[in-house]
Amino acid sequence: MAERCAVIGVGQTHHKAKREDVSIAGLVREAAKMALTDADLTWSDIDAVVIGKAPDMFEGNMMPEIYLAPALGAVGKPMFRVHTAGSVGGSTALVAAHLITSGIHKRVLTVAYEKQSDSDAMWALSVPQPFAAPLLAGAGGYFAPHIRAYMRRSGAPDHIGRMVAVKDRKNAMRNPYAHLHLADIDMKMVEDSMMLWDPLRYLEACPSSDGAAAMVLASEDAVSGHYPPAWVHGMAMRSEPTMFAGRDQINPQAGRDCSADVYAQAGVTDPRKQFDCAEVYVPFSWYEPMWLENLGFCDLGDGWKLTESGATAFDGDIPWNASGGVLSSNPIGASGMLRFLEVAMQVRGQAGEHQLDGAKLALGQAYGGGSQFFAMWVVGSERP
Amino acid sequence: MSAAGGIIRPVSIASFAQSQNVRKDDEHNEAESLLPVIAEVFGNIGITKDDVDFICSGSTDYLIGGPFSFVMALDAVGVWPPRAESHVEMDGAWALYEAWVLLQEGEIDAALVYSFGRSSLGDLNEILTLQLDPYYEAPLWPDIVSLSALQARALIDSGKATEADFAAVASRSRRDALNNPKAQVRKDVAPEVLLRDDYVVAPLRRHALPPITDGAAAIVLAAGDKAQQWSDRPVWITGFDHRIETHSLGARDLTVSPSTVKAAEMAGVGSANVDIAEIHAPFAHQELIVKEALGLDDSVVINPSGGSLAANPLMSAGLIRIGEAASRIRAGQADRAVAHATSGPCLQQNLVCVLEGA
Repeated sequence: MAERCAVIGVGQTHHKAKREDVSIAGLVREAAKMALTDADLTWSDIDAVVIGKAPDMFEGNMMPEIYLAPALGAVGKPMFRVHTAGSVGGSTALVAAHLITSGIHKRVLTVAYEKQSDSDAMWALSVPQPFAAPLLAGAGGYFAPHIRAYMRRSGAPDHIGRMVAVKDRKNAMRNPYAHLHLADIDMKMVEDSMMLWDPLRYLEACPSSDGAAAMVLASEDAVSGHYPPAWVHGMAMRSEPTMFAGRDQINPQAGRDCSADVYAQAGVTDPRKQFDCAEVYVPFSWYEPMWLENLGFCDLGDGWKLTESGATAFDGDIPWNASGGVLSSNPIGASGMLRFLEVAMQVRGQAGEHQLDGAKLALGQAYGGGSQFFAMWVVGSERP
Repeated sequence: MSAAGGIIRPVSIASFAQSQNVRKDDEHNEAESLLPVIAEVFGNIGITKDDVDFICSGSTDYLIGGPFSFVMALDAVGVWPPRAESHVEMDGAWALYEAWVLLQEGEIDAALVYSFGRSSLGDLNEILTLQLDPYYEAPLWPDIVSLSALQARALIDSGKATEADFAAVASRSRRDALNNPKAQVRKDVAPEVLLRDDYVVAPLRRHALPPITDGAAAIVLAAGDKAQQWSDRPVWITGFDHRIETHSLGARDLTVSPSTVKAAEMAGVGSANVDIAEIHAPFAHQELIVKEALGLDDSVVINPSGGSLAANPLMSAGLIRIGEAASRIRAGQADRAVAHATSGPCLQQNLVCVLEGA
């Protein structure tokens, strides 16, 4: 990277099933103002705005950067809109970060959101298209067969998915912004919940949330704010085709390549040992063990053993999704950015009740499409 | 470094290709319509997808009427093994900007940019209404032609232009398009004749409206040694910026384009003579507004390709302006050119790219 980039401000909304108290503009502005306050800056200090969200049909507002420009203080500035499916929150942060590392801007505001209650994502994902196989049952229907394939391949026992569902919801009890606060969550409660897409039960799936996330990114000479900066140590994106017989959708090559790239930039050779924590896009419980393997935190086939051992729990040696993760809050377009934002909060020491002691280096990951789009960054408390 | 006339890494428009622009292509899906364009943009300079380090595309889901139209379109490139790739829900000109930003860092030297859209699939005039404020404006269903007519009326009322000026722009554009085999509307009709057209929405007569176009376009960007290897006459991007205005039409003076003025200033348009300009003005009167905002005098050749009045493939029309301007420089017809792209109702968002021959 030509110039260093730091996260100097973070903000997020209280994620809920329905944020009927705010418009879309009000939602994104809430997160953005919080990030500016954290960075000790005002709207006029920002050089450019980069916004991301998942398909526009989720709200019925086409190319919403056009409508949101004034709400985000972008009038007279460059405003940019990213859309890379579920990974978009991560990709958006990366596009914003490159405006800093390329030396073009000093301070960039990046925002991602979804207001799922304005529409119905399941419907929007399931519109029949000419010449394309229909996705009739939303994302869960697409991913459930991959989960079954993972279970068969790895020999993982049934209860692993339920463990992840319980762990992430317990973590969410420490996060005041999380959508789901299920105080009584336990294995039995998950097991008793309705079967949605075999083997995924209702409580093993992410909620539908309204919410937004925002970060202020800055060059080294523009660092400000109430907490020390989170320095970007590496960033990468990778994509692979949806329909290709040579793909392994259980352990996608694009995910392996993306992590290899970002680890090389950050000097990471042993992710489990070197990272203090990770925020990884786990919208369905079983994606924790699957991504543990894909991201090289363990050998192939051992992801479920890591989860079962408690290593990824809040008090484990490599906590995953201490914030509660996507399983506890899923404003789709923002879900990837929340992963990137949460690891920045950890290395800045501002995560409050879900702060992990001594977090210095962390991985944020987002994925999207048919497990084919990946965005990752590594942030650390030390300047690279 | 900065795009504001500071030190920028020279990046070249190494290759440009576009599809035949047509009123309706119902024989190909998005990937199929892109395939020959991608093949041509690589074939022009004898490279393959393995020679580019980054891919970025621009499109909008609302044309196909389903989510993720960019996902299957990626099959036109064939991203296996996996590639570094990104997508903007914007005109391809902004995808080009994202790729240019990455190339500024000096770690990669080549990128593929493409955009596509079949405007014919739905009712474009209604679809574009969905770009408006979803609470206060869109529910009233003001269509894009009516909003553009408001802008044209304001321009006439300001005394800066007349309906005859709009007809002159349309006449020149479609006549120039006779030399552009890719254009959709190509004819030599005098302005006096065009003024006999009926109004679609006064004061806009049929000739002042863009055609509805299906099309796709692609550009290869190159820096460093590759820029020299892939072209005898590299066309360099020497300034690049984009700006947005507020959304509420009532809060804007629609007769001027302050975001274009600012982007032009940041891109350094006025620092030297401009030979040609490719302006993305879907409606005839918008060319006059953008021309003034860019600070161009009457010596500048405007839209020799015919512009978007001759072919207006949504999401590609801006990228095509950059490709067309670069082609003129490569052909030796110009040394310095300005390309412009726009987005949103009544020129709300504007991008300016300055190109120079070696």
